[in-house]
Amino acid sequence: MTQVRDQRDQKGNRNDSVAVPALGPLGMLRWAWTQLTKMSTALVLLLLLAIAAVPGSMFPQRIQDPDAVNSYIEANPTSGPWLDRFQLFDVFSSYWFSAIYLLLFISLVGCVLPRAAQHYKAWRSKPPRTPKRLTRLPQYRRVLLGGRDGAEAPSPSEAIQEATKALKKRGYRVEARDLDGETPSVGAERGMWKEVGNILFHVALLGVLISVAIGSLFGYKGQKIIIEDESFVNTLVAYDSFTPGTNFSADWLNPFSVRLDNFQADFHRDTTDPAQYGAPTDFEADVTVTEEPGAEEKSEKLKVNEPLNVGGTKLYLVGNGYAPVIRVTDGQGNLAYEGPVVTIPTDSVYTSSLVLKVPDAAPDQLGFVGLLLPTAVMDEGSMPRSVDPGLSNPVLIMSSYFGDLGLDNGESQNVYVLDVDSLTEMNSMMSDNGAITLDGANRSAELPDGKGTIEFVDVKRYVGLDIHNDPGRIPAFISFVAAFVGLIMSLFIARRRAWVRAYVGQDHNGVQCTVLEYGLLARGEDHRLGAEAEKLTSLWTSLWEDRGVRDFPLNSSDKA
Amino acid sequence: MGSNINETLGVWSEWFMLLAAFTYLVAFVAFVWDMASHSKAIGKAQREAERHGADSREDSRELVGAGSRGGSVSASATSSGSTAGDDGARDSAAGHGPSGRGPVAGEFRTTADARSKGADEFEALNYKDSISRPAARAAVVVMAIAFLLHTFAVVARGIAADRVPWANMYEFCSTGALVVAGVYLITLIFKDLRFVGPMVTGLVLLMLCAATIAFPTPVSPLPPALQSYWLIIHVSIAVAASGLFTITFAMAVLQLLQSRREKNLAMGEETKLGFLRVVPNSTTLENFAFRLNSVGFVFWTFTLAAGAIWADQAWGRFWGWDTKEVWTFVIWTVYAAYMHARVTRGWNGNRSAWLSIVGYLCVVFNFTVVNVYFPGLHSYSGL
Repeated sequence: MTQVRDQRDQKGNRNDSVAVPALGPLGMLRWAWTQLTKMSTALVLLLLLAIAAVPGSMFPQRIQDPDAVNSYIEANPTSGPWLDRFQLFDVFSSYWFSAIYLLLFISLVGCVLPRAAQHYKAWRSKPPRTPKRLTRLPQYRRVLLGGRDGAEAPSPSEAIQEATKALKKRGYRVEARDLDGETPSVGAERGMWKEVGNILFHVALLGVLISVAIGSLFGYKGQKIIIEDESFVNTLVAYDSFTPGTNFSADWLNPFSVRLDNFQADFHRDTTDPAQYGAPTDFEADVTVTEEPGAEEKSEKLKVNEPLNVGGTKLYLVGNGYAPVIRVTDGQGNLAYEGPVVTIPTDSVYTSSLVLKVPDAAPDQLGFVGLLLPTAVMDEGSMPRSVDPGLSNPVLIMSSYFGDLGLDNGESQNVYVLDVDSLTEMNSMMSDNGAITLDGANRSAELPDGKGTIEFVDVKRYVGLDIHNDPGRIPAFISFVAAFVGLIMSLFIARRRAWVRAYVGQDHNGVQCTVLEYGLLARGEDHRLGAEAEKLTSLWTSLWEDRGVRDFPLNSSDKA
Repeated sequence: MGSNINETLGVWSEWFMLLAAFTYLVAFVAFVWDMASHSKAIGKAQREAERHGADSREDSRELVGAGSRGGSVSASATSSGSTAGDDGARDSAAGHGPSGRGPVAGEFRTTADARSKGADEFEALNYKDSISRPAARAAVVVMAIAFLLHTFAVVARGIAADRVPWANMYEFCSTGALVVAGVYLITLIFKDLRFVGPMVTGLVLLMLCAATIAFPTPVSPLPPALQSYWLIIHVSIAVAASGLFTITFAMAVLQLLQSRREKNLAMGEETKLGFLRVVPNSTTLENFAFRLNSVGFVFWTFTLAAGAIWADQAWGRFWGWDTKEVWTFVIWTVYAAYMHARVTRGWNGNRSAWLSIVGYLCVVFNFTVVNVYFPGLHSYSGL
């Protein structure tokens, strides 16, 4: 960004801001542009961005958990809607957050482009002219050449030629001047890559932003639960939930399919460590992947930190649980339901909540709400509970209902919630006949009043998959690597200018010598400038050691 | 990464952690003792110098603190901005090399001359042979012992749990403290940063207390979400960055105090901050803190990116504005602002120090409050 330390720049800005009232609309725009591309503006925008991001961590965000947002608004009926009006639940897509980062990036572009042009010019042009008074530079030294054991001093132009060569070898770009004159000199500059790194860093940040935009325009993400032995085909209808990018087309879904063959969960089994006992230690799913219809089947392993990549679409293992296989026979003796029911684990011992709707049952539709306890303990006088996430003693405890499930009017319902208000209760924990309890010993139960039977057949496992396709992922990664390289270049390369001048002089004995004076100037942070000056002194010493190199202290008249 | 947990070693680790904490406490006391006695000694020397009719540059010399005894005003001691000070600095730097011990005029140089040592901006932070500081020496030795005990505790913890020792808050804290102490001891080899000793040992002590009192967690295996080599990369760099930011935080606080004292002295007022005589001038502090902060910033950038790559593998998106991600971003932005502030007129000096402090407070907030109280995907606090 623009170096505000530059004197001329400062003056320019001041003139602009003073001239505001006299400016036309175009002038106003130019003034606004100058203000926006100033470094101090960018700095304030950066700080604003930091502050603006904070509410994103204080309030629930829709991009993460829309349900949490809804319940927050319900719990805070007065403040909630107001917060929503100011987009505090959508901070990172809000107008104000977007405004800040867009302004910041515009400021960045307005800063970086001119600097890039300027640097391009600097790169093509010769190192800067030798200043008249090198003594004014932050680092200034001079040495006397010649006079050792009567050795003759190198002539000024000879000295400059040698110095030019040595500086070039040291990585400076050099330009010797006035080699035929009385005071030949060389201008040198190094560290041109520092500014390249700086520009690269800022441009690459822009690249990150664009990559993220590409991802949200053309990518998609979806969720799918797959039960053991079941398959998923990558089509729109197969998803449990699907969030397309703004410009996404369903034709872009690549037609792979995945079958879950087996799922293995390992838990911590060290009894000496009660705090961690039962904590999960490993989840692993064996899946069979077919890249496209008719292609060869491949067996793959899917783990938490090891997603599957199927032709650019990534599959992540994000959840797992139990799906008890249940068979329901209705009051007329017909099979009304048979299959696994996905339950939702609610705690670390996989106490899982279950909802089963049986709309095909006759004469009345049936509904069940309950729990699956993987390792149930039923003590007298206390609630049944699960003590372990493993499947040692699976027990189903359910309440049952009959009536109209409300599924026939075409309204979509959450499969994990049963609205019991319009239903009639048959069994529950509170009712006289108690809840339906099914386990290994009692596999089936009759419903009251001949409404049918329910049977606990088996327990299967399921996995929750996140399926993502983000075309901006690779560009974002490349941009980041570029930004990182640029950052390191801009911070740790030192940009320096050096000038060396030689002229004929005398030492304190009146013997003719060549005086070599040199000064250094840093551009930007450079705490090693003094060390570099000392290095140059050593360089001259090694060049002309046999002829004699002496320090030539400054006297007060030399001072700037 | 299996779950071969070694309980006995875990207990040994905890004992050594406590032992290390006590040793740090001793080092802390010694550092404070040194601050007091050394600043008293300098003050006494100054008063004597004044009595002997000090020259007009006394003020700027005094600000250099320990440097004033070396006999030359260092290149960076131009804090007062007076022309006299400026010229003096240039004179010594240009003429005879850093410490005025360079060869006299007329002597021929040889390639064997190695006079480039210490010719940098941070000369005021070099060790001065002429001053003996027994308390500081003892403090450094005690701190080194504490560091060894601490290293043993952390390594034992890692071996006991059969994995890297930074998977929950206890481990992050204790390993973080180890990194702070380690970085500090390493910089001590090159530069005389003993003046930050009380703050650094104090903060290390605080981190160890926080680990053992606020976040005690027994040795445990890794949950599946943390089983990745990214844990080693992402978290270790995050710990290193936090360690660097801890040290620069200490320097920023000193810088603010020092610049206030400088202002008071320039106005000819009395100042109660006499202990800051041991501390270099505020410009040196600022520049040195900037060097460390730029390394810290690079580390933090890497942490952020490595986190994004890991998140992409574990959760299916590289950036999702999870609370931890939000705060990592906030910290990155604040330090980015700090980096820019340094080259923006009106924003360097005290304001950049404040930015550094705010950045560090965000780091602390991110580590404590966000981990414990905010729901999010990074809920690995072990509490």
